[in-house]
Amino acid sequence: MAEIILDHVSYVYEEGTAMEYAALRDINLVIPQGQFIGLIGHTGSGKSTLVQHLNGLLKPTGGNVYFGGADIHDSDYNKKELRSKVGLVFQYPEHQLFEVDVFSDVCFGPKNMGLDQKETQLRAYAALKQVGLEDEYFYQSPFDLSGGQKRRVAIAGVLAMKPEVLVLDEPTAGLDPKGRDEILDQIAKLREETGMTVILVSHSMEDVARYVDRIIVMNKGQVLYDDVPREVFHHYKELERVGLAAPQITYIMHALREKGLLVDTDITTVEEAREAILKALGRK
Amino acid sequence: MEMVQTKDLVFEYIRRDDEGNVEGITRAIDEVSLQVHPGEFIAVLGHNGSGKSTLAKHINAILYPTEGTVWVDGMDTCEEANLWNIRQEAGMVFQNPDNQIIGQVVEEDVGFGPENLGVPTKEIWERVEESLKAVGMYEFRKHSPNKLSGGQKQRVSIAGVIAMHPKCIVLDEPTAMLDPSGRKEVIRAVRALNLAEGITIILITHYMEEIIDADRVFVMDKGKIALQGTPREVFGQVDRLKELRLDVPQVTLLAHELRESGLPIPEGILRTEELIRALGL
Repeated sequence: MAEIILDHVSYVYEEGTAMEYAALRDINLVIPQGQFIGLIGHTGSGKSTLVQHLNGLLKPTGGNVYFGGADIHDSDYNKKELRSKVGLVFQYPEHQLFEVDVFSDVCFGPKNMGLDQKETQLRAYAALKQVGLEDEYFYQSPFDLSGGQKRRVAIAGVLAMKPEVLVLDEPTAGLDPKGRDEILDQIAKLREETGMTVILVSHSMEDVARYVDRIIVMNKGQVLYDDVPREVFHHYKELERVGLAAPQITYIMHALREKGLLVDTDITTVEEAREAILKALGRK
Repeated sequence: MEMVQTKDLVFEYIRRDDEGNVEGITRAIDEVSLQVHPGEFIAVLGHNGSGKSTLAKHINAILYPTEGTVWVDGMDTCEEANLWNIRQEAGMVFQNPDNQIIGQVVEEDVGFGPENLGVPTKEIWERVEESLKAVGMYEFRKHSPNKLSGGQKQRVSIAGVIAMHPKCIVLDEPTAMLDPSGRKEVIRAVRALNLAEGITIILITHYMEEIIDADRVFVMDKGKIALQGTPREVFGQVDRLKELRLDVPQVTLLAHELRESGLPIPEGILRTEELIRALGL
């Protein structure tokens, strides 16, 4: 179990060419084990670039990345092992499904880690159960499944490597509302059961508000805010200026407050809002 | 004349296994008859697999009916002679911008459509400028599309369609990959086109807040239209929508829950102002 530290990390794409572009500028972050973090930011703010530094896919052009106290870009650091500890699920992960059947696809990761067949199969089975996929689908072609199911298989593929840190880049993109809830509920449950660190990159302020302990806000390659959801969404005007917003419910609370209803305006979920309104109206 | 009309539309596709043997038939659209009037802002909702994208692809003749008929501005989509006209009049914007951009430079990509229509050069550039401004991407006109973020690419794709001056635009989850401000801009641009230019808009989305201003909403389920009506009529049925795997705007959900807790609040609340009034504030 280890924490990740980004120490003065910068990343410049195509350094020294005409296309040079600074995607990350002096990022300093400490990510302790077990946190549930939301990473938000306008498109182009550097979120995807940032997460690719967490498992060493990208090497900083400035600064260092540490995992469990060790510099991951040291010449003798085992990057392959890092990639099984820090699992990265890209957007539209179903695009990386390729095997003849679901079970084989999920076995791919552990197999590549060098695990024996028995251990590989045990892990694949456990991972598929963790994402809530029913047994009847295990030997079907991944391409016959629905979008949400494919998504879950892809996530299982990463979970089979038993990562300590799970990074999901917009895991709900393209799913219908119920599908969104199902995947996020599953991930939250998994985190409670295993103590995994989860980093959720998302454009849905409502999703992020509902699930995470901490929100990191990116703006033009830098960290703008790093705090609990209530505090971050308190700065809703500033968030709007950088291409984001607070969850709709927060705006509703502000409007109600302006009309004289004594409610907490830092509320970020519908459940909290309902309770606060009923209380303020003396109906509880 | 209706902008879009379908009568008893059925769309089936054959599922084949690895060896090409027929495994079965999926009926993606199951006898759908609907009309869209010119200038309307229509929303199409539905869980994944409900048939909404399949339906959308019939409107600019990417797909043809297995049974039944689809007319776009009075033209039957099955008649080959109508194809160019249908595709100019009904433009489509997809969810993934990478599948839609072909130009090396943003303004060239946006000009591609009008160029193919034979629009005079000077006018092409005017259209490119107005379209890019409409989506807030004018400052990027000389950039390579490769270097843009997903949301920026998407806005360029939309500009490319707008530049064709279509009568109707079908957008299949156009904001799925955008950040909140990007979503707002796209929807605002689309709304402006509808209100100012009278362009018919058919918007497929999972973001319920985007469609509270729609004229009508169709909710699809298993290839059929399960619900239809104004946004208020449709969103007033919170439990039914949940059964259909959908959602409602947060203000609607909050109002619904307050009502369930005993407050005298009507169903179908769509806006904060309405909730404020209902609470007597």
